[in-house]
Amino acid sequence: MSVQNRPLSPHLQVWRPQMTMVLSFGHRATGVALAAGTFLLIYWLVAAASGAEAFETARGLIGSWFGRLFLFGWSLALFYHLCNGIRHLFWDAGIGYELPDANRSGLAVLAGTAILTLATWIAGYAARGAF
Amino acid sequence: MSLRSPLGRIKGLGIAHEGVGHWWAHRLGSLALVPLTIWFVASVVSLAGADYFTMREWMGSPVVAGLLIMLIVACFHHAAISLSVVIEDYVHHEAAKIASLIAVKAVTMVLALIGVLAVLSVLFGN
Repeated sequence: MSVQNRPLSPHLQVWRPQMTMVLSFGHRATGVALAAGTFLLIYWLVAAASGAEAFETARGLIGSWFGRLFLFGWSLALFYHLCNGIRHLFWDAGIGYELPDANRSGLAVLAGTAILTLATWIAGYAARGAF
Repeated sequence: MSLRSPLGRIKGLGIAHEGVGHWWAHRLGSLALVPLTIWFVASVVSLAGADYFTMREWMGSPVVAGLLIMLIVACFHHAAISLSVVIEDYVHHEAAKIASLIAVKAVTMVLALIGVLAVLSVLFGN
C-alpha cells in the first residue's frame, strides 16, 4: 500500500466541531495542563516542609490575584478532567457508547464542571469569611 | 482464525508484547484518583488562606499524610502514563520521542519523590 493512499484521520479544519470530539480533545488538553500544574502542588508541599518563611512566600504567591487566576484555571481543568474521566471509566466498562448517550453524558460533564468549580470557589471564599 | 498462540492469548499479549497491564494500571489509578481528588479539593478549600501552623498541623496528621502520599503516587503514576500516551501519539521523530518519554518518566518520578519526602518530613518533624 502506497503511503499516499493510506486513510487519514479526520482533519480538524474540515470537520464541524462535535460534542464528542471537542470533549475528547479537552480531556487531553486539561490532562497536560494539570500535569504541568503539579509543579505548584509540589512547591506548596515543599514550602510547608521548609519552614515558616518559605511557606509565607508560597502563600503570598498563591494568594495573589495572579495565583488565584491560575488556581481558578486549575480547578476548572481539574473538575473537567475528573468528570470526563468518570465518563471515560463508564465507557471502559462498556456503558454509554451510543451517540445520543455520549452527547448527553458530555452535556452532564460540562454542567458538572461548571457547578463543581463555582461551588468550590464559593465554599473557598466562605471558608475565609468573605460573606 | 487467530494466529495468536494460546500462551500469548492467555497472557494478554498483543502486538505491543506487553499485554493490557499498562491499560489496566491506568484505569485503576484513575479510579483511585476520583475519591482522592475530591478529598484533596475539599481539604484545600477548608485550608484557604491557612497560615504555616494550620498547614503543618493538617499535613502532620497520619491520616492526611497517608492520603497525601497516596494522592501523590497515584497522581504522578497517572500523569506519567498519560503523558507517555500523548507523546507516543504526537511525537513521530524517534529520537525526540524516546528523549521525551525518558524525560516524562524522570520528571514525574523526581516530583513524586520530592512530594512524598515533603509530607514525611512534616509528619515526622512536627
